[in-house]
Amino acid sequence: MTLELAVAAALFLGVVVYGLFGGADFGSGFFDLTAGGPRAGAELRTLIDHSIGPVWEANHVWLIYVLVMWWTGFPESFAAATQTLFIPLLLALVGIVLRGAAFAFRKYAATVASARLFGAVFAASSLVAPFFLGTVAGAIASGRVPAAGVGDRVSSWVNPTSLFGGVIAVGTCVFLAGVLLTADADRGGRGALTATLRRRTLAVGVLTGALVFAALLPIHRDAPTLSAGLTGRAAGLVVLSGLAGAATLGLLLRRRFAVARVTALIAVAAVLLGWGVGQYPWLLVDEVTIADGAGAPATLAGLLVVVGLAGVLVLPALAYLFRLTQTEAWTRH
Amino acid sequence: MVLDLLRAAADPDGLLPAREQMAFSLGWHIVLACFGVAFPALIFVVHRRGLVHDDPEALALARRWAKVSAVLFAIGAVSGTVLSFEMGLLWPGLMGPFGDVLGLPFAFEGLSFFVEAIFLGLYLYGWGRLPPRRHLMMLLPMMAAGLVGTYCVVSVNAWMNMPTGFRIVDGEVTDVRPWAVLFNSGSVLQVAHMWVAAYMVVGFSVAAVYAAGLLRGRRNRHHRLGFLVPFVFASVAAVAQPVVGHVLGIRLGETQPAKLAAFELATTTEQPAPLRLGGVLVDGEPRYYVEIPRWGSFIARGSFDKPVQGLDTFAPQDRPPVNITHLAFQSMIGIGTLLAGAASVFWLLRWRRRDLLEQRWFLWFAVAAGPLAVVALESGWVATEVGRQPWVVYDVLRTADAAGDNPGLWWMVAGTVTLYSAMTVGAVVVLRSMARRWRVGEEDLPSPYGPEDRELAVR
Repeated sequence: MTLELAVAAALFLGVVVYGLFGGADFGSGFFDLTAGGPRAGAELRTLIDHSIGPVWEANHVWLIYVLVMWWTGFPESFAAATQTLFIPLLLALVGIVLRGAAFAFRKYAATVASARLFGAVFAASSLVAPFFLGTVAGAIASGRVPAAGVGDRVSSWVNPTSLFGGVIAVGTCVFLAGVLLTADADRGGRGALTATLRRRTLAVGVLTGALVFAALLPIHRDAPTLSAGLTGRAAGLVVLSGLAGAATLGLLLRRRFAVARVTALIAVAAVLLGWGVGQYPWLLVDEVTIADGAGAPATLAGLLVVVGLAGVLVLPALAYLFRLTQTEAWTRH
Repeated sequence: MVLDLLRAAADPDGLLPAREQMAFSLGWHIVLACFGVAFPALIFVVHRRGLVHDDPEALALARRWAKVSAVLFAIGAVSGTVLSFEMGLLWPGLMGPFGDVLGLPFAFEGLSFFVEAIFLGLYLYGWGRLPPRRHLMMLLPMMAAGLVGTYCVVSVNAWMNMPTGFRIVDGEVTDVRPWAVLFNSGSVLQVAHMWVAAYMVVGFSVAAVYAAGLLRGRRNRHHRLGFLVPFVFASVAAVAQPVVGHVLGIRLGETQPAKLAAFELATTTEQPAPLRLGGVLVDGEPRYYVEIPRWGSFIARGSFDKPVQGLDTFAPQDRPPVNITHLAFQSMIGIGTLLAGAASVFWLLRWRRRDLLEQRWFLWFAVAAGPLAVVALESGWVATEVGRQPWVVYDVLRTADAAGDNPGLWWMVAGTVTLYSAMTVGAVVVLRSMARRWRVGEEDLPSPYGPEDRELAVR
């Protein structure tokens, strides 16, 4: 494996992890939004507070990791993408800022009225952010970001692949959040809440799964390079995603929530990996390859040192945090 | 200020809004970044006191400050993310060619941000869930991450001031040595200056809150402790800062003489140079200042007879906006000196068994010291950033060449000002409501929409 490929893999690993855990945090916004009035939705909103509260900032850092790895490892393509995709990146950023701020404000809001305001902002912006990040992914994957100069600032992200990308991003976030929240509610012994979440998650899952496969045809026309990759090199991952998604639905039906979390994570990870493998070896599809877009070799080696340190310093701490949040003591009280 | 910046008519359209956007979002974030760096240490002291000395009032302070930090760190995290995006959105001409030169410190900063976020989650949600001693220890990685994070970010700024770790051959960046950037010789002092500043800002700000409480007659141990712990941090930092700043500054004559000339309002080269207090440049001539002979040389060069290079030795297109730089620099020095002096007097009198906390005028001053420390911090950044202009990477890349050419950037600036104003209002409203509820004895602050049985309620 070449140096630049190793860095690209580490970068894309960040995309996948952010997509899974950052995505699940975003997706909980949907359930918050649809939880009902202050009284009816109190139980679910408290569950969401409790589930994502301890972890959302740590999960959010994966986005910073991705940005930093990108601009350090592949600087010219980073500059190119930020210029062409200025608008969706800015809109995603607005969503990210509002989500984080409103979530923190709501937790300590003094009155129901202010909690409702902050809550609505939190929930809505939780869906705005992944949508626009999805359009950015679609723009890159469909070859609309030129390596030099600035591409069309609107049509680069208002096109079939980008729009499907945005909607699929939202759908997968919501699906993941649903599975994880259902498992949390079940572990907390909250029967009625578990039933509601299970029903909604099943509906979202069917819809998102259908959407992913329905998108394959328009993407085939709109993004031939990605499509060739998805049906060629990444075909196994696409199939795996479909199987894991179907298995998740089956497990939800049979109320095997703990196992369903694993298959749901596999399903979404496989979609994201499928995108990465599908567009390999391109960094910006049809424009720059990973090899051609890479920065200085000494810097790439330095980044691998950072990745190694992350494995030693960050992952054990992160595992400890995740493990604690899944224990009985943290779930109950 | 705007007129001063507008001066260069040939600048691209995107330059001025990009500058204003960066200055505004960075200026806002940096206050919260200070809390991320220094607040864990304050919390550690009161929390440890609460545990080790079985001091319930200290422990109550720790609980409250932890909740405050949950709010401040959240908006700090998102406003920091804004800056990451802006590196690309606003400065493609910097990030494209130099991303792999300046990026490695940011990658390490990412690691420290991870550590900070993970242990913040563990600490905030660990109350009553983790064994008490282990729970307290969760603050230590956060303190370490604050220092490492400061180092990483400020080392990039030090690199912009004193670029190293690359060569330019035929207009192409080559021979990149990222470790030379991470460990560039300018970093340590500049990082120390910023790190100490963070403790000043947070120490004086938190102390100001309790000084206000004391002024309102809440003269209890809770308020005295809440004032004294942060004030100790602030005092040590305030007294150390002039020394750190001075040692940092005496390099400027060699490394960035144009910035030094603006700091010193030196239109022509002088040897020895006087220190000018106050003053503005009117039609290219310094006016309205008090002159102290020779002290300019000492402060800028560390010797009473070394020269200070004048602005006239730089081509007009290579000079920074002098008035902003000079006034910002002197504001920083003036406020810093005032705060260091006041802290010294407070502790001197306390040693002589006179407690200034009994004096209303001192409490008023302590309330003002919080905002003053923030003004000093912002002034310092304005001085060093505007003083480096017209360069973004000193003597290598002009800021005008780093900016992009996206249209409609003023809309983005307007939107950002609106968004950040809303976020500021939200934070103030929430924090004040927390304080109000604490005063009437509600310690736990359950969410208002929580279920009746509170079984799931988060502390």
